[in-house]
Amino acid sequence: MALLVVVLALTRNLFAAVVLSGIYSFLMATVLVALDAVDVAMTEAAVGAGVSTVLLLGALHLCKSEETKPTHRPWLPLSVSIATAGLLIYGSLGLPDFADPQAPIHQHVTPRYLQNEVEVPNVVTAVLASFRGYDTLGETTVVFTAGAGIIALLRRRRHGKHDGDADEK
Amino acid sequence: MKNDLVLRVVGKLLIPFILLFALYVQFHGDFGPGGGFQAGVIFAAGIVFYALVFGLDNARKLMPDRLVETMLASGVLLYAGVGVAGLFLGGNFLDYFVLDHDPIHGQHRGIFWVEVGVAVTVCGVMLKIFYMFASRGRDGRDGHSIDEELR
Repeated sequence: MALLVVVLALTRNLFAAVVLSGIYSFLMATVLVALDAVDVAMTEAAVGAGVSTVLLLGALHLCKSEETKPTHRPWLPLSVSIATAGLLIYGSLGLPDFADPQAPIHQHVTPRYLQNEVEVPNVVTAVLASFRGYDTLGETTVVFTAGAGIIALLRRRRHGKHDGDADEK
Repeated sequence: MKNDLVLRVVGKLLIPFILLFALYVQFHGDFGPGGGFQAGVIFAAGIVFYALVFGLDNARKLMPDRLVETMLASGVLLYAGVGVAGLFLGGNFLDYFVLDHDPIHGQHRGIFWVEVGVAVTVCGVMLKIFYMFASRGRDGRDGHSIDEELR
């Protein structure tokens, strides 16, 4: 995976970058399966590797397939990202051990969830749809808003084709 | 890609199973991994695959724009409707216990319809975004679309 990320950062061909990021998503899905997060892995494989690769390819055919040379030096963004990564790694040192049953996250509301009073065998579904029903309603609304936004942004071109030609492409 | 025999045959073989798998993920979400979001995305991915192999126009015949846009809104409305139904039956908003005489059955019923709502919205949004991006070149000056490019 690390090798893939380095290649992804170095490549100038956008088509290769799109395909590589799809491969990265599949590898990420296998990592999530190894972490026993099958629901997330399924989403990652379907959204990350499937749909978003197709959408990026669709966007790619609207623009050039080679990345242009950057006009500025990358030092400032590079230092910002290295500093952020350093802070995150420093923060992760303070986290409890992986799969530690005494970790705070396993002490708070999780025991109540695991009592499974709604009697749905898949706890993830029970938490998502029942215990956190409001959150999921919000997420669905966010997805709907994304779709509505896409419609609002892109559909205008079709109706205003005759007067909107100047800003096409 | 329309003239690629291998892709057409493999696509014809696989697409029914992709759609069936999406339904399985949807309705088996209570017992195994998966749920509304995953099912919606997998269903949309099946249709997108169909569009890539057989052309966007055929996919539009299969899932017309009007249907996709209706799906977009009706999923959220269904989800919120389950919540309002809980209100009318004397509970709180999104309270599933009151949806049936047996509270556990009420929970199952509520979760089922909520997941259907999520799946419908997610599938509609994914398809809509794909349609919008894939048909952009077609209306523009360069006049070639994604499936011509990939062919």
